[in-house]
Amino acid sequence: MGSMNLAITLLVALSIAAIIGTVLQQNQPYTDYIIKFGPFWFEVFKQIGLYDVYSSGWFLFILFFLVLSTSTCIYRNAPNMLREMREYRQNIQLKTLSNYSNSYSWELKQPMGDVQHVVQKIFPLNGYSARLKEENGYTLIAGMKGGASRLGYVLTHLAIVFICIGGLIDGNAILKAQQMLGQLSPETRNIPANEVPAISRLDASNLSFRGSVSIPEGSSSDVTFINYKDGYLVQELPFSVKVKDFRIEHYASGQPKSFESDLVITDSRLEKPLEQTISVNHPLIYDGYSIYQASFSDGGSDLELLAWPLVGGSKQPRKIETKVGDDLPMNLYKQPWVLETSNFRLFNINPSKDPTKKFENAGPSVQFKMRNKTGEAKEYLNYMVPVDREGALYYLSGVRSSPAEEFRYLYVPVDEASSINRFMAYLQALSDEPLLREIASRENFTGAQMLSKDAAQFNEAMIRLTGLFVESGMDGVIEQLEKNVPLDKRKDVKELYVRVLQQMLGAVYIDVLTKEGVDVSLGVDEKKAAFFDAASAAIGSIGRYGSPVYLQLSSFVHHQASGLQIAKAPGKNLVYPGCAMLILGVFLMFYAPQQRLWAWLESSDDGVKFVLAGHAIRNKIDFEKQYNQIQAQFNRVLTG
Amino acid sequence: MNSTQTALQFELDQQSFWKSLSLFDWVWGFIVLLGTGYAYATYAPLMDAYEKGILISAGASLVALGWHWKEIRGLSLAVFLLSIFGISRYVNGLADAEVDFFLRFLVSSQSAIMWMSALYVLATVTYFVALFGRSDFAGKVASAMTWSATTMGFVGLMVRWRESYLIGIDVGHIPVSNLYEVFILFSIITALLYLFYERRYQTRMLGGFVLLIISAAVAFLLWYAFDRNAADIQPLVPALKSYWMKIHVPANFIGYGAFALAAMVGTAYHIRTRAEQRNSTGVAMTLPALDILDDLMYKSIALGFAFFTLATILGALWAAEAWGGYWSWDPKETWALIVWLNYAAWLHMRLTKGWRGTPMATWAIVGLFVTLFAFLGVNMFLSGLHSYGEL
Ligand code: HEM
Repeated sequence: MGSMNLAITLLVALSIAAIIGTVLQQNQPYTDYIIKFGPFWFEVFKQIGLYDVYSSGWFLFILFFLVLSTSTCIYRNAPNMLREMREYRQNIQLKTLSNYSNSYSWELKQPMGDVQHVVQKIFPLNGYSARLKEENGYTLIAGMKGGASRLGYVLTHLAIVFICIGGLIDGNAILKAQQMLGQLSPETRNIPANEVPAISRLDASNLSFRGSVSIPEGSSSDVTFINYKDGYLVQELPFSVKVKDFRIEHYASGQPKSFESDLVITDSRLEKPLEQTISVNHPLIYDGYSIYQASFSDGGSDLELLAWPLVGGSKQPRKIETKVGDDLPMNLYKQPWVLETSNFRLFNINPSKDPTKKFENAGPSVQFKMRNKTGEAKEYLNYMVPVDREGALYYLSGVRSSPAEEFRYLYVPVDEASSINRFMAYLQALSDEPLLREIASRENFTGAQMLSKDAAQFNEAMIRLTGLFVESGMDGVIEQLEKNVPLDKRKDVKELYVRVLQQMLGAVYIDVLTKEGVDVSLGVDEKKAAFFDAASAAIGSIGRYGSPVYLQLSSFVHHQASGLQIAKAPGKNLVYPGCAMLILGVFLMFYAPQQRLWAWLESSDDGVKFVLAGHAIRNKIDFEKQYNQIQAQFNRVLTG
Repeated sequence: MNSTQTALQFELDQQSFWKSLSLFDWVWGFIVLLGTGYAYATYAPLMDAYEKGILISAGASLVALGWHWKEIRGLSLAVFLLSIFGISRYVNGLADAEVDFFLRFLVSSQSAIMWMSALYVLATVTYFVALFGRSDFAGKVASAMTWSATTMGFVGLMVRWRESYLIGIDVGHIPVSNLYEVFILFSIITALLYLFYERRYQTRMLGGFVLLIISAAVAFLLWYAFDRNAADIQPLVPALKSYWMKIHVPANFIGYGAFALAAMVGTAYHIRTRAEQRNSTGVAMTLPALDILDDLMYKSIALGFAFFTLATILGALWAAEAWGGYWSWDPKETWALIVWLNYAAWLHMRLTKGWRGTPMATWAIVGLFVTLFAFLGVNMFLSGLHSYGEL
């Protein structure tokens, strides 16, 4: 058990286990793993606990053995190490001394007393504390330094034991045990804390945990949530935490500088509530609980949205009020829809394309899903203020069908007043049949070469195509044509229709401008021309947009939620002393190596026989150097 | 008083530490004392107890260091003067770096670091010239280059520190906060460790090997600076705004530096062993003797282990403050543990099983790759809480 091989095996085993845990991301939602490995391997890996290696049975088993092995090791070695650090080896024999590689002997004339005096001066001079022993026939002066390294050994290894045990206390091994005993099972449903059944709750007596909770500004919580396996546990607190205010400070460049929460702790044991501001790196320690600023999120901001119809119908937008996190049922064109607002962001700080400044702020944005009656939903990301793209301003609206995808953006151009009105007017005009009919006959796209009857037919076709364009874009139009026109004529017919459709759109646009009161007698300027292209392109892609309305964020009241981590770790009281011991111990072991000197004096027939010897178990090379200096010193003094 | 006693007395005087100090030693002590005193007098009102303690002990240890390792005195003075000079050239903001001649070509952090890079690479080459040409002179030149490179590295960091405050008072921070900065730190620490042993063992033949690692670091540094323009100073993310960073990171890099040194010594060990097996008389035999290399390897791993232990523990204390737990099994933490366990195993093999020679040398080299992964690989391949140095 105390064997070195086992120790080293354990150290290596521990490393390998640790590596596994870093290669496979730990404690992800189980669904992610299923996607990654498929149902079979998911089950297998789950059984060997690969999703939470560091609290898996076998990992704890290794740790346990390391503790055991280290302890036995200490138990074996500590006693004689501690003895060694005090012992001067005064009963050593002359033979042993002479056999040491570092040893030398003199025949001296001086009186015994002098030599002894010299030794007792030279030893301390080189940092050796000396002990004198007078036997009949000889005198032995034993010197030692660096005894502390043995203490270092004990400290280092004791530290390992302390730290491991402390760590085990603070790890979730205890939770696992409780679960195995069936006293505990994680909650997987997304329900309010107070509805979570007792089997998934831990009362305040639980002495070690690490949970997190998101508290909206102005509200408070007396529980925290522990992520556990594929669900969570509710940890009750003996007090309640209120977040009075949450702040994000920004640097001039726009990057976040600090996250702070003003907390109020209410506790029956306190005569008045405790108020304190915490921030990252500055937690609040209260009654053994530490409360940290961990993250932040939206705390249910109030939003006011304008729903612009994208398919023919009312001209006016409808005003909608909702909250981040709410699901709002709506009735659009006699169809039931649900607006699921998931997030609101006050700033969108993005790396800037403009080299003069690093970052630019794209302003507030809202993220939501539109769910239709079949339950399908697309996700949208709409920006509140127009964004500049190559000199023109657009309202951006991102669309995607699944979180895995990137957002694809709809670019809605804005008019001179930076409003969306002209775009919407144009869109509505395109779905306004009477208007189209009027314009078609007024403009008479086909020219004279057609009989009026055919012309009328042609115009009707144009109107249908326009409608088709609004529904499914230019691609739709072309597809349609290819279906209906026989192969031989297809090419020129297609060209004709497309050209005329372009003219149609142009005419409608001009009509919109005129109604706006813009003077178009001299044609339209570049900006308006560009607007036409952008608007037509946008409308062309509305077919794929997937929502019957465009939601324009018109105003909001921002509420944030502060993400707190609340932890209790009594293991600290073992781990921290352990750390101190470890540092002290390691430095002692390395930098106070134990070294011994002996001076053996015995009176020979004509003076004194003086044997000097030195021994070290570590850093032998350095010691040899040092010994030689000392020997030379004696030489100079005694024979010089 | 007989001859023995006079001789003894003489020895006692010889050895007594204070008597052994030269005049320059006293001057040195005085200068540092003066500097420390000045700093204290000027900034005491702005410092808390810890910082005062740190300032004083920093002064004291600098004196001691300068007494035991004479070259440090030259280094510190050069760094001091150049840094002050550099800082003083900034009169109206960062823009000066473009216009002022000295900043532009010498002492702005950018230029200083370019100098450092160039000098380290040159030193590497020169060391090898010294090795193959068996030229003592080239060796001396190489050492000189390494010293100057290190000086410029320190200057670069010092001036950069100041520059960060020129960007904005709230942006200012010690330059150990991102991969770019710590690579500079890594280079100069490794160089210093090597220089220490170079003097201790009176051998320049190892230089090329150790500087090879530093040149590699420099190469990365330059790529990182130019390809990812990582060189510009970023404000700290909230998690990094902590006192712990100031000690955690440097301690870590003493560890990394020492491990790197050990690995290169290990390489030299292999080369020398080969040479001895082929009992060649080639260049390889000018490398230090095997037992010296072995001892050096042990010493630097011991040093690395000690400081890595310290750093990891400081990291844990920091994590307890920033992440709400002293240990989160975050990949970076975990890899630090792996590195640590690996060297613990190494030390045990050597100490208790008495392993020596090539296997240990190989292990030391492998150790460097493990360390390298903990230091770079984690940022590249694994996602975690550690918020700096995404590649
Ligand atoms: C994580 C676990 C451990 C760590 C970090 C550790 C650390 C160390 C260190 C740093 C040294 C000093 C090496 C040197 O001075 O060069 C050492 C020495 C030693 N360790 Fe461990 N150790 C651990 C576990 C163990 C175990 C389990 C045993 C028992 C088999 C053990 C037995 C020894 C022995 C006998 C020495 C030599 C002491 C001496 O002669 O000075 N260690 N250990």
